[in-house]
Amino acid sequence: MKPAKSVAPLPPIDDKIRCAVLDVTGRLKDQPGALLPVLHGVQAALGYVPEEAIALIAREMNLSRADVHGVVTFYHYFRMQPAGKRTIYLCRAESCQSMGAAKLEQHIKQRLGVDFHQTSADGRWTLEPVYCLGNCACSPAMLVDDELKGRVTPEGFDAWLLSEIP
Amino acid sequence: MSITVYVPRDASALSLGADAVAKAIQAEASSRHLDVNIVRNGSRGLYWLEPLVEVETPAGRMAYGPVQPTDVLGLFDADFLHGGDDVLKLGPTEEIAWLKSQQRLTFARMGLVDPRSLDDYLAHDGYRGLTAALEMEPAAIVQAVIDSGLRGRGGAAFPTGIKWKTCLDAAAERKYIVCNADEGDSGTFSDRMIMEGDPFVLIEGMTIAGLAVGATHGYIYLRIEYPHAQRALEAAIEAAKARGYLGDDICGSGKVFHLEVRMAAGAYICGEETSLLESLEGKRGQVRFKPPLPAIQGLFGKPTVINNVISLATVPIILDRGAAFYRDFGLGKSRGTLPLQLAGNVKRPGLVERAFGLTLRELIEEYGGGTASGRPVRAVQVGGPLGAYIPASKLDTPVDYEAFAAIGGMLGHGGVVVFDDTVDMAAQARFAMEFCAIESCGKCTPCRIGSTRGVEVIDRIVAGDRAEKARNEVLLRDLCRTMVDGSLCALGGMAPFPVLSALDHFHEDFEGARQRTAP
Repeated sequence: MKPAKSVAPLPPIDDKIRCAVLDVTGRLKDQPGALLPVLHGVQAALGYVPEEAIALIAREMNLSRADVHGVVTFYHYFRMQPAGKRTIYLCRAESCQSMGAAKLEQHIKQRLGVDFHQTSADGRWTLEPVYCLGNCACSPAMLVDDELKGRVTPEGFDAWLLSEIP
Repeated sequence: MSITVYVPRDASALSLGADAVAKAIQAEASSRHLDVNIVRNGSRGLYWLEPLVEVETPAGRMAYGPVQPTDVLGLFDADFLHGGDDVLKLGPTEEIAWLKSQQRLTFARMGLVDPRSLDDYLAHDGYRGLTAALEMEPAAIVQAVIDSGLRGRGGAAFPTGIKWKTCLDAAAERKYIVCNADEGDSGTFSDRMIMEGDPFVLIEGMTIAGLAVGATHGYIYLRIEYPHAQRALEAAIEAAKARGYLGDDICGSGKVFHLEVRMAAGAYICGEETSLLESLEGKRGQVRFKPPLPAIQGLFGKPTVINNVISLATVPIILDRGAAFYRDFGLGKSRGTLPLQLAGNVKRPGLVERAFGLTLRELIEEYGGGTASGRPVRAVQVGGPLGAYIPASKLDTPVDYEAFAAIGGMLGHGGVVVFDDTVDMAAQARFAMEFCAIESCGKCTPCRIGSTRGVEVIDRIVAGDRAEKARNEVLLRDLCRTMVDGSLCALGGMAPFPVLSALDHFHEDFEGARQRTAP
């Protein structure tokens, strides 16, 4: 016999978020150690893991809200706020440092008018730091969504940014 | 007759425009009504030449590079499809000295095969290790790995076969093989190359590990920063399943092994094996106390072999060619080969697989060709963000686990990052502490608090007057000792290495006396 599910009422939740969460948990929650795959699924569907989704994920997976909150906040990749249209992951690690990543970082922050973990005013770009993209032979590197770029210079960045603006 | 042209699909090659080059070649071939078959191979690892295009000719594969889409028209005009001369022509790929002088065992197929083609893998000696293993008793497989002298290539250099034996001897109804593909160390990319360029070799290695210890299920824990590797692995796993190399009846032997990829979520600490297991179980990636060892009580409390990508990808050649073949490479207690990853400020960066014993100087000067900036080498960080900074005076150290330990360094995962003389070593020391503070799992105090205090103390040393500097240096060294001795895992326990090596070898950078040279 299945254990009885918690019947405590859930806090109000947006319909779109509820459907997305239930779709993901329905598909993934029964595999062993399912929480990371579920969170990846939710973030892939919604772009982030909304605060209001946590109670529902917890209930569906028979975990406490604290468990889910703890996992979401532990991992750098999971975000609880929506990102911009595209996310730039800029490498800050040593190999890129040796090829001028600090200068590039300053340039990009200034160009987009953001600091790390922020989204540009027009909502197009979110800038996140990352520690190694495995492109160390072509430093400095950045990943735009899932598109990797190598040997990025401030001038190269500007030229690329211009080509991205329709 | 169709002519085969190779354009890498390796992520680094893509980051330099390989897709656009492949498209341009396809388009130009169509417009000239030429029958060209483009194969998207892995990278040969000569990254300063990427995108490196190869053409299959009667005289072997001919290399051209670095190729940009704008070069394609010229290449066709020069008849590169028949090995024609061009300024970008590098000659037969196998004859390029940088590649020819290497001893590629784990990377034997790298760049040669189409990573999406199981047939190509089989045609290049693939699955011969598994075929041999299927004829052997589990204990004999484990013994072969012990005899080969293979040590964990993830960084800790623990003998792989001993780990397997512990797991084999642990009785349980269920066991796991876990591949640590959370390659987080800066300056390392060999795991990524294997997964993108020769994914079947990793799958084969994990399958052999499963047979050896009696595990029926495997996980590849892959970092989220590697989307290309994810696609390559998932495609390869599907292909292996479809042909009976994975599943409920491996090659008709009745043996079972299932494999899946699990994505990490950007926490460096999850490269530590016990954190990784916590993460796979769906928890915060916090370090576990040891013992119990994962080989006895690992994933979901069951005996688990957890190995790095390179360790597992090296197993097939050991089973195929025999333990003695592998052991005969190398020196002392460092047997076999190490795929070194040459990165940072270096003219010819890339993947250099050589037997242990090569010196850092040979690697950086002969393979690397010195710095990319043309300035003198000042410091080299070996082994990722927790590795010591080695001064130019110690470049004659051979690549060997014990020799590196003797100079206070570590080989780690074989990443070598070169810095020129514009580097500020006080800033690098500060970064090591900052990185540790960002990535600490928070379980033990020396790492969680010590790293933040470390950043502050370094700031005070740099900003302070002479008395302040002296006082704080004593404090910093004391703090480093506490972290080394008192941390639960290698993050807090080794983050002081780059700091102390910077203090010891580059003290002038903390004194504010060194004249800064503009880059």
